[in-house]
Amino acid sequence: MGELRLMKGNEAMAEAAIRAGCDGYFGYPITPQSEVIEYLMAENPVERTGMVVLQAESEVASINMMYGGGGTGKKVMTSSSSPGISLMQEGLSYMAGAEIPCVVANIVRGGPGLGDIQPAQSDYFQSVKGGGHGDYRLPVLAPASVQEMSDFVPTSFDLAFKYRTPVLIVSDGLIGQMMEKVELFDQIPRMSTEEINEKYPWATNGKPVGKERRILTSLDLDPHKLEKHNFHLQDKYKTIEADEVRYELIDCDDAEYIIIAYGSSSRISQKAIQLAREEGIKVGILRPITLWPFPKKPIDELVKKGVKGFLSVEMSAGQMVEDIRLTVRERTKVEHFGRYGGVIHSPEEVLEALKTKIIGG
Amino acid sequence: MAKLRGAIVVDVEGCKGCGVCVPACPTDVILLAKEVNGKGYHFAYMENPEVCTGCTNCAVVCPDGVITVYRIKVDK
Amino acid sequence: MSEINIQDIIKPENQVYVKTKLMTDKALSYCPGCGHGTAHRLMMEVIEELGKENETIGVAPVGCSVLAYEFMNVDMQEAAHGRAPAVATAIKRLWPDKVVFTYQGDGDLAAIGTAETIHACNRGENIVIVFINNGIYGMTGGQMAPTTLPGMKTSTSPYGRDVKSMGNPLKMTELVAQLPGTYYVTRQAVHTPSAARKTKRAIKKAFQNQIDGKPGLSFVEVVSNCNSGWKMEPVQSNIWMEENMFPYYELGDIKVDGKLTTK
Repeated sequence: MGELRLMKGNEAMAEAAIRAGCDGYFGYPITPQSEVIEYLMAENPVERTGMVVLQAESEVASINMMYGGGGTGKKVMTSSSSPGISLMQEGLSYMAGAEIPCVVANIVRGGPGLGDIQPAQSDYFQSVKGGGHGDYRLPVLAPASVQEMSDFVPTSFDLAFKYRTPVLIVSDGLIGQMMEKVELFDQIPRMSTEEINEKYPWATNGKPVGKERRILTSLDLDPHKLEKHNFHLQDKYKTIEADEVRYELIDCDDAEYIIIAYGSSSRISQKAIQLAREEGIKVGILRPITLWPFPKKPIDELVKKGVKGFLSVEMSAGQMVEDIRLTVRERTKVEHFGRYGGVIHSPEEVLEALKTKIIGG
Repeated sequence: MAKLRGAIVVDVEGCKGCGVCVPACPTDVILLAKEVNGKGYHFAYMENPEVCTGCTNCAVVCPDGVITVYRIKVDK
Repeated sequence: MSEINIQDIIKPENQVYVKTKLMTDKALSYCPGCGHGTAHRLMMEVIEELGKENETIGVAPVGCSVLAYEFMNVDMQEAAHGRAPAVATAIKRLWPDKVVFTYQGDGDLAAIGTAETIHACNRGENIVIVFINNGIYGMTGGQMAPTTLPGMKTSTSPYGRDVKSMGNPLKMTELVAQLPGTYYVTRQAVHTPSAARKTKRAIKKAFQNQIDGKPGLSFVEVVSNCNSGWKMEPVQSNIWMEENMFPYYELGDIKVDGKLTTK
């Protein structure tokens, strides 16, 4: 059994960064996730593993530090919340184009604009549909517990380097701020220079003797070459869609209705389905763990099984529901329910929505 | 007494005829040719090679690095 | 005195100057006469002479020199507009033994990248920033830059820069020299042999500072021409630059070994 602690989500993620062999964290404070950098600064991991922690002057600077550091083959991470993630979209697009790995955590808060500091799930579009300019996708992991805030960090680094892409961890202010028991994994050693150069020949950390220099860029003024590069990126995304879908089915075996929810909404919905079952309603939860690639196959299988309706529960005005509708293709009922702007829905509200929007009507 | 004699070799096709080397030369060796290279530029050449001292001024200031300089010591 | 055949002079053993092998064979994409080419070459000469070819990582900007990575034969990263100092910060923090530089134009460093420039300088990142200031946005077709002179006509100041509505030209170099985080701050030029040789010495000093781990950032501004943007011939533009840019952007060392030079 690994070390057990009672921790806040944000702090568990910070501790996990150190243990995952992260080489550098470069970030900027913003509520509700400033604990990440505060924890790291207090821990002073340069003494534990040599990990660098730097407070950047902005989120714009942070994401560009990701570009520089990740481009040299180092494991780099940053975190922010919705308005700061918006600032990072330029950098994420550049990193997608130049194929540079990193991990970016978004502890989502109410918006749009400055919004508020309470939890929300209204950054789904921004996260899974690219977010910045150009044709690209980023793998997105959605933790639903403090345990997953820890576990998803090494998973994200693995995905980032396997596919040479930024990976997003999309959490929310509830998961970030709540305290739960977490089993911390053992320290993964930071990679040595030799290991980096052997595994990542594309990394720009000094031209190897007798070899060609490496260039990292997302620019190509020849449209035919740029198109070809985009073909390569699209092939990569197809592979990720085929191989990296992650989801959880809760109580779906006999379910007539399915709630689809991630993050905090999935936790709230677990209580909602408990209440529903007490009333004799057979409802289960499909919890996407990867928001992209979206778990189309299990949804499709549930449709074929004869599920009578899907309720998308998301603290938003309705974003993930569009992807559910694309997958279900009008074969059965799909509706959305969610409180937003930082308001958190209650299990009772979720149950009420299930009854009126899916079971009733 | 030794004297320095130089000569430059201009990569004719690489020269963009900017002319910055012309005033850089202390002994007025260089002019831009009346002919043009494949890109349409009037390339630099040694009009007065016998007064070239190989000082490398032209090469140092050339934006495209198309000048190679040679120099020998000549006994008078 | 016997007649000397030019062919006797042009022999490999007599070669005293050739373009450094750290410039690639690719023809430069810069306009004829542009200072970028000279600045690139001087930097690469210095890297070669310091023996740091295999330990250097350069960060290219957005601007005319966006393609700097095509010409500089070291590991290079292309950064988003203005962000090079942030990119370089991470590289140097994670690889303190490598030689890291940014190469930036006036829009990149003094407009969109002002925050990244100031903060890298303020933190005293042990990197070299080379700042090519030609008072105009060349790549996008000649628009006004933060360093465009008052009265200067550009495509977005067609009647001349009006300081009342457009502000005065920004002297980033003097600004960053005030920060304790900068160690060496200088302004040079590359349009004449003597200016270019001085610039090379300045660049060498800057990189040597980094190699020696001197506390702070070395910042080398190169005031350059942009004959295309200024709508002049190359040689004419260099004369114009001497007469107009240099009085405002004075050449010389502004800070050496962490101390401001006295005028």
